[in-house]
Amino acid sequence: MLRYILRKALRALMTMFLVVTFTFLILRISGDPTEIMFPDDVPQEVKDAYRIAWGLDKPLHEQFIKYLVSIGHGDLGYSFRDSRPALDVVTERIPATLRLGLSAFALSVCMGVPLGLCAAFRRNTFLDRLATSVSVMGYSMPNFFLGILLILLFSLKLRLLPSSGSATPEHLIMPVITLGTATAGIVARFTRTAVLDVLGQPFVTAAKAKGLSTSGLIFGHVLPNAAIPVITILGLQLGAVIGGALVTETVFAWPGVGRLLVQAVNYRDLAVVQTIVLIISASMILCNLLVDTAYGWLDPRIRSERTTN
Amino acid sequence: MNNASESAATAMTTPRSDASLFSPKHCGMNTEPDLSEDEDFHCKPPVRYPLLVVAGAVFLAVLFLCGLFAEQLAPAGYAAQDLAARLSPPVWLGGKSGLLGTDFLGRDILSRLLYAIRISLLVAFAGTLISCTLGTTLGFLAAHKKGWVDEFIMMLIDFQASMPFVLIALAILAFLGNSLGLFIAVMGLNGWERFARFTRGLARSASARGYVNAVRVMGASPLRIYFKHILPNIIGVLIVQFTLNFPSTVLLESSLSFLGLGIQPPLTSLGAMLGEGRNYLINAWWISVAPGAVIFCVTLSACILGDWLRDRLDPTLR
Repeated sequence: MLRYILRKALRALMTMFLVVTFTFLILRISGDPTEIMFPDDVPQEVKDAYRIAWGLDKPLHEQFIKYLVSIGHGDLGYSFRDSRPALDVVTERIPATLRLGLSAFALSVCMGVPLGLCAAFRRNTFLDRLATSVSVMGYSMPNFFLGILLILLFSLKLRLLPSSGSATPEHLIMPVITLGTATAGIVARFTRTAVLDVLGQPFVTAAKAKGLSTSGLIFGHVLPNAAIPVITILGLQLGAVIGGALVTETVFAWPGVGRLLVQAVNYRDLAVVQTIVLIISASMILCNLLVDTAYGWLDPRIRSERTTN
Repeated sequence: MNNASESAATAMTTPRSDASLFSPKHCGMNTEPDLSEDEDFHCKPPVRYPLLVVAGAVFLAVLFLCGLFAEQLAPAGYAAQDLAARLSPPVWLGGKSGLLGTDFLGRDILSRLLYAIRISLLVAFAGTLISCTLGTTLGFLAAHKKGWVDEFIMMLIDFQASMPFVLIALAILAFLGNSLGLFIAVMGLNGWERFARFTRGLARSASARGYVNAVRVMGASPLRIYFKHILPNIIGVLIVQFTLNFPSTVLLESSLSFLGLGIQPPLTSLGAMLGEGRNYLINAWWISVAPGAVIFCVTLSACILGDWLRDRLDPTLR
């Protein structure tokens, strides 16, 4: 088990290194970032000062090492718009995004898992078709369009809910629905497949033949076994939630990291963009590591299979 | 080497491996109860075309034609302004001009929609094609080279799979600036890892098969083996992935364009139109609802089509 975790942790570190290399390369491939960032009428001295401040006058490998060291020290540069450290600008937006993201995630689990269970246990009935079509629709609906439709209906027509901002809990309702439904569709599909998979296993037939009651079968055998793939998918869906948050936060003017990123890209505030990319990647990688560990812990087969390979 | 005998061997072996793709399980000869799939989809010998699948395919085909013949079909130019008829609702809602109304510059929405369909489908199609080619090539490379090349490609796959791709795309567009070419290239990075993973796995299991050994012994080059012999045998899975990757690229393109970071004016795409219309929701909802509905229908049709194809063509399903 320890070896399994170590392997996974090493993989995670490598991936993080890849992310850092990626941001560095992207930053440098663009040629001299000063030329892109500043308009033409900025005096040459300012550009030069910036170039030296970021170490752009040094050779590439030295720049990379300097870059790694500064990231290791938590120095991620200054935001142009706020003239504050980029890390501060980003971290103060994190709570809002967490509030939105976690609620949406909870909604998608609460909707997706029961929907998938219903579809699997009532296979090929009307309920199954309904659940399947709802999940396909949830997946196909672009969340910016869903958000706009919700605003049209609930804010402009019915005047029930506020269309933007984050002042009251009511402000949370529409963004959470927008963000949660797409993921719910995917979760429902995977739950359905996972449960059907387990239902086809010989041990379920054996348990049935033994005369086990339906509820005993479902709670004792089917759910624990179906839980493993579902948990994996949930871990992976966290990334989808973060990606969706970009759009959803912009539509509803939610003061989170996603909206900040869109604004930073628009204003070419590269330090902020880089900080957000690094923070989100780090949390995603950590999350995947946790899921992998949980997976290995729940399912001994995976653990041994991967270490022997 | 000896081309005649090689092609004879191909003729002998390829049908057999084709047949194994559509194993008895997929043709209704399966005696075990198969609980995992909709057997009424594919286990009856004559192919059934469910109404929804046909509708989706027809819709996509019509949309492709609309995009292709946008100039001929559009009642007005996509940039033609008529400031006297700004924000006019659709004719059937009592508006003055345009079947779908006009936008904040008095441009005809229907015409803009047709041109937007062209750009959106073009970008998504080109992006998916690039991602398919890239993924397949890297997958073959990983299957062929093994060792550290394989490890490195697997690491790239893991990296791509563990990151929300919107983030990567935004970072690239932020740092490198935006142009149509770069934008399509970025779309081409979306989902390559799925193609690569499938190709790698299938190519590895295929290279242990008899027909691959046969052509290899006859001295066929690796390129020939992979692209002429293995590729036709795994093309079903790739087509399925293609159909499933397409809607996700459409969504990505429209999300980025919606945020104003994708297709730039004067060009327009479905997402960009929606983004423009967002500021006029209160008095001109039709600007954003029309392109939104089209995006929804495109992704829905492609998803339905992809699911159906997967049930029919994907041998990795039980």
